[in-house]
Amino acid sequence: MLWNTLLLAIREIRRNVMRSFLTILGIVIGVAAVIIMVTIGGGATLQVKQQIASMGSNLLMVTPGKRLGPGQSTSNIPFKITDAEAIARDVNSIKAVAPVSTQSIKAIFGNQNWSTQVTGSNNEYLQVTNRSIRSGRLFTDSESRGGAAVCIVGETVVKKLFGGQEILGEKIRLQKLSCEVIGILVGKGQSTMGSDQDDIVVIPLSTYQRRIAGNQDVGMIQLSVHENIETEKVKQAIVHLLRERRHLSPSDDDNFNVMDMKEIAQMLTGTTQMMTALLSAVAAVSLLVGGIGIMNIMLVSVTERTREIGIRLAIGALEREVLLQFLVEAVVLSSFGGLIGIALALLVSVWLAEVMQVPFVFNATIVLLAFLFSAAVGILFGYFPAMKAARLDPIEALRHE
Amino acid sequence: MIERGETDNQPLIELRGITKVYGTGQAAMHALRGIDLRIDKSEFVAVMGPSGSGKSTCMNILGCLDTATAGDYMFESIEVGKLTRNQRTRLRRFYLGFVFQGFNLLNRTSALENVELPLIYRSVPFHERRKLALQSLETVGLNGWESHTPGELSGGQQQRVAIARAIVTRPTVLFADEPTGNLDTARSHEIMDLITNLNRNQGVTVVMVTHERDMAAYAKRVIHFLDGLVESDKLNGGGK
Repeated sequence: MLWNTLLLAIREIRRNVMRSFLTILGIVIGVAAVIIMVTIGGGATLQVKQQIASMGSNLLMVTPGKRLGPGQSTSNIPFKITDAEAIARDVNSIKAVAPVSTQSIKAIFGNQNWSTQVTGSNNEYLQVTNRSIRSGRLFTDSESRGGAAVCIVGETVVKKLFGGQEILGEKIRLQKLSCEVIGILVGKGQSTMGSDQDDIVVIPLSTYQRRIAGNQDVGMIQLSVHENIETEKVKQAIVHLLRERRHLSPSDDDNFNVMDMKEIAQMLTGTTQMMTALLSAVAAVSLLVGGIGIMNIMLVSVTERTREIGIRLAIGALEREVLLQFLVEAVVLSSFGGLIGIALALLVSVWLAEVMQVPFVFNATIVLLAFLFSAAVGILFGYFPAMKAARLDPIEALRHE
Repeated sequence: MIERGETDNQPLIELRGITKVYGTGQAAMHALRGIDLRIDKSEFVAVMGPSGSGKSTCMNILGCLDTATAGDYMFESIEVGKLTRNQRTRLRRFYLGFVFQGFNLLNRTSALENVELPLIYRSVPFHERRKLALQSLETVGLNGWESHTPGELSGGQQQRVAIARAIVTRPTVLFADEPTGNLDTARSHEIMDLITNLNRNQGVTVVMVTHERDMAAYAKRVIHFLDGLVESDKLNGGGK
């Protein structure tokens, strides 16, 4: 009986191909929209996670000054290199500490120039930011301490200044400083915020202070904490130490800020996930609207086929058999729409993922859910018209023209 | 067929004081005002009467498509008035066959599938269904037309398909509501011959509504309705 009903439903749908297609269009679009949103959203979240992981997961950033509220901030006294040394010495569970000062400077090689981010720091900077050397070497101790004119450059700088050629040993000019390229960093790509992490020149902090900044200040301190350590505790220890070193009385606010990369990561993934959820919810509404479209057409169909229903009832179809016939038709329609929607969604997702440069994450759960939901929409919105058909009076239905 | 106790003195159909009222109060319309009727097995009854006389209403009640307002309807030993809608449907499904004036075939559906339809609701397996439907189409002389849809058949042929559909389940009673109403004289007589043969050779009880004397002449018994009452009930000398 069910098999016959299914065949009958498919035949009925094929009789009106164009109308059936238009009927399920709402479902197709709804299902496709939900799947695309979730797939692309999942890809974006994954990308954010990957990028944050590439930045170094247990990263803390200590910056001078603190915003207290709108338009209010504390005095912005810079750190000294001794602050970084004190943290490395006095705070437990720290893997590496890098005092960092940066400035945007035009780098010149031959007749090429490229404005890049010049960072004064030490070898531990690479460890903290999860970077490594592709070719060449790190700074030697004497270079770090003595302010030698050497630098390690990122991929982008290599490309822009040297056209990607082998450049170890060449000299580039940063303002009045002419420094020798001793190492090239492994490429890292875009950061979460969209900036190019390979557009960088690293020089020893002492060189930066003497030859570029002209003072002994340190812009910020970046440090990485050992795995499996509560960063919160380390954070408190740093705050305590720095308050002491900066001679703050208990009533004073911190005039520095300690940021945890984990917090930022959570905030960012939280935002993407929330956007995904919101957009999916909007898409789900369109699925419901699609359901109403199906109900509409099923009602039209019941009216058109009143006579047929009358014949079936007179000949011996039970109420529930007529109900089932129309219900199956609605469900076949809507789940067919679901299947087309899934196919469409996968095509569009693959394409969109490529265009938006996010990884394509196939989410089997949402595909299955969307399909089941589309079938459920068929039952939900097919039930009323089917009930209407089943309740028809055979005599009246047979008289219907 | 399901065997039932057959005693000659038990009628197949018995109506006692059947009334049918449409609407209520002032607007009430009395379609039937108390019908007593008895139809035995293998009878061929023609029901005649002007429009509005209640003959169609009576047919609908006899065919278990409608229920009476008051009175008893016994089909064999079943009290039809006490059945639910679904039980009446089952009664139609297993014991009754219908032929309508307007043929009432499913459009865009082949003759064969139209004839198979009642068997589907009886859950007859595919191969047997096909066999029975083909046999039935052969009985009405439509072999070779199985795959044609009603739109491709003449009126006479469509009514033959409808008859094939009605008899494919080997019903106890065949109800025909003006079966020749939409046909020309020659086709009408062909259809009447067919129905008469079914009655004579297969013992199918036939109850037929008609307003044409020529057609009523085929029946063994003619009942006249007038104003919701049986006006006359005469034997016809065995029909043509």
